[in-house]
Amino acid sequence: MLSPGRTPIAGRRVLLMATCLCDAFHDDVAAATVEVLEHLGCEVEFPEGQTCCGQPAFNGGDWAASRRVVRHTARTFCGGDPVVVPSGSCAAMLFHGAALEFEHEPDLGEIESLGRRTWELGDFIVNGLGVGSWPGRFNSAVALHRSCHTRGTASGGAVALLLGSIAGVRLVEFGEAEQCCGFGGTFSVGFPHISAAMGDLKLDHVRAAKPDVLVSGDTSCLMHLSGLAAREGIPIRTMHFAQVLRDALRRRA
Amino acid sequence: MKTQRIDQAAAALPAKTKAAVYEGSKAVHEKRTRLLFDHYGDPDRLRRLAGEIKRHVVENLDTYLPAVEARLVANGARVHWAATAEAACEAVHSILRARGATKLVKAKTMVSEEIGLAEYLEKRGVEALETDLGEFIVQLDHDQPSHIIAPIRHKNRRQIAELFEKNGLGAYDDEPGMITQRARQFLRHKYLEADAGLTGANFVVAESGRLVVVTNEGNARFCLAATRCHIALVGIEKILPRDRDLALFLNLLARSATAQQLSVYNEFVSGPRARGQPDGPDEMHVIFVDNGRTEVLATECRDILRCIRCGACLNVCPVYRQAGGHAYRSVYPGPVGAVLSPLLLGERFPEKADLPKASSLCGACNEVCPVDIPIPDLLLRLRDRAHGEGVPSPGTPPMGAWSLLATQPAAWRAALAAGRILNHLPTRLIPVPALRAWEAKRELPPWRGGEFRKWLKMRRKEQGRGQSRPE
Repeated sequence: MLSPGRTPIAGRRVLLMATCLCDAFHDDVAAATVEVLEHLGCEVEFPEGQTCCGQPAFNGGDWAASRRVVRHTARTFCGGDPVVVPSGSCAAMLFHGAALEFEHEPDLGEIESLGRRTWELGDFIVNGLGVGSWPGRFNSAVALHRSCHTRGTASGGAVALLLGSIAGVRLVEFGEAEQCCGFGGTFSVGFPHISAAMGDLKLDHVRAAKPDVLVSGDTSCLMHLSGLAAREGIPIRTMHFAQVLRDALRRRA
Repeated sequence: MKTQRIDQAAAALPAKTKAAVYEGSKAVHEKRTRLLFDHYGDPDRLRRLAGEIKRHVVENLDTYLPAVEARLVANGARVHWAATAEAACEAVHSILRARGATKLVKAKTMVSEEIGLAEYLEKRGVEALETDLGEFIVQLDHDQPSHIIAPIRHKNRRQIAELFEKNGLGAYDDEPGMITQRARQFLRHKYLEADAGLTGANFVVAESGRLVVVTNEGNARFCLAATRCHIALVGIEKILPRDRDLALFLNLLARSATAQQLSVYNEFVSGPRARGQPDGPDEMHVIFVDNGRTEVLATECRDILRCIRCGACLNVCPVYRQAGGHAYRSVYPGPVGAVLSPLLLGERFPEKADLPKASSLCGACNEVCPVDIPIPDLLLRLRDRAHGEGVPSPGTPPMGAWSLLATQPAAWRAALAAGRILNHLPTRLIPVPALRAWEAKRELPPWRGGEFRKWLKMRRKEQGRGQSRPE
């Protein structure tokens, strides 16, 4: 449902949207994204005025508040350069959600054009830049959680392709992979019981596959799952796939 | 911290019920997916095609409804229009009254649940007996269905055996074959005693006036074969343009609903018994029920009217699997119900405005929907509507302050720095309900607000580049 017609990649310059979660909690994921993009020859610009994609209010039902934030984001990321974000969820907000909440707004066109040049990181590498394999080494059994906002987009396949191409990576399958981890933004606090039950199921399935590391393209899923595991005393290592790509580069022969 | 009603219901759901709901839903979902992908190269294209056909119907109901009425009348059926639930119940009752009928056998129809038909008739001295096994059990137990296809998903066979024993249907025996046998024995002669048979219709074809009634138990066929009067209750959105569309829809319906290639019994009924036909009802009445649907048609959520009631979105939904159907307080539970149930209430929308919140917006419902309804988008639209109508929503933090912060970069950066207090203060001392709800179940990672920005500045300095793109 989410794949829009894309603005083709013209130059080397990309605008990095770090996401609010990386800004507040997961700085290393944003740093890894920079290193990965620079390895690919991109000139990474980080617009300093960036805050959040607007999704919390969009999902929370306050579209007027969300639109204010999306407009700010559109101003901050103006121009024609591709916007790359290490999150399937924020990317989907900009190329799908924002269009929905702006459908009756006069500036819908600007918002849609931002959406057309917004890329989830894995999708950008594989389908934007045409890079299908990754150098270096990462010796691990990897369970890849495909976050829900990448359903129907090219991101899930792109991330799996990149990870699977890294020397030493063994992708392991786990049960009910199509099921949500239970995060869901404000859902996680409005429905804490169901959210945690969903997360526990995900953790059970993942652990049964005995991976060395649980990897996803969204820090939000990982924050929820690792937070649950920590509370329950379950040992599990989680990484964003940008960190895996970066770490693989560091272990190049 | 106040949480949502559906979350509370899930927390209170007995473990056995939860297991029955979870296992049953998962099994049907997984078999459905296997079957679709084994049989079709690209089942998603079929879903999209079916979605386009139903979208076309929904957007052209004003021409299809008169067309279908004309066909049905030409076929010898009588057509009734019911604007409300009461009008629909009344229409059924007046047909029965005119015939002096006091015994009605019912096949499974969700519209009859929606309008509360059985209760309405019973109050007026008409026995309205459910003949679908699941619905029969629900009726016997004075319970409510918890799923639109599997009404007793929430019950296990031991509970059913106990129920049968209590109601004089035989000594305790929880062997499924025996349960079915006993219901069958009880129901068989009820068909023969009945004065009229009531069904729904999965589809009504505009070009032929053909009603299609799908069951796996053959009970609709018995309702039709043994009675002289057939009443069909049909939601106005059930139309398909052409007979040949049934090839697509029956294949998708059976796979999506029950993971079968085709349902076991597919009745095609075009009218009452024609001259020269050996049997069948002499009278056929089709009651088209609106009950809020045209109001839905006028909203931006009209796509929900494409729904063919297969239940696939319930089966795949992680929230439904945890909460069960009763948590939705509605005839239509699960993702489709979270959209449809509040909408059908019209002005009383706020009573069920919490249902659209019962979703992580994971999109699995859209992915399995045989008519490709963008359910998450509709849930989101209804959340915005609920907020606009001022319906309180426990657990959703107010977004005004956040949007203020998120539109002022300097304030945002200050907040990133200030957040560090989280690393030094126990959460119980921080009066932010969302934070407490988070921490009730999960650890919060260390706050590292602004660290990435610092790192990037250092890196740029080392690279000999200045900070690009300031505000």
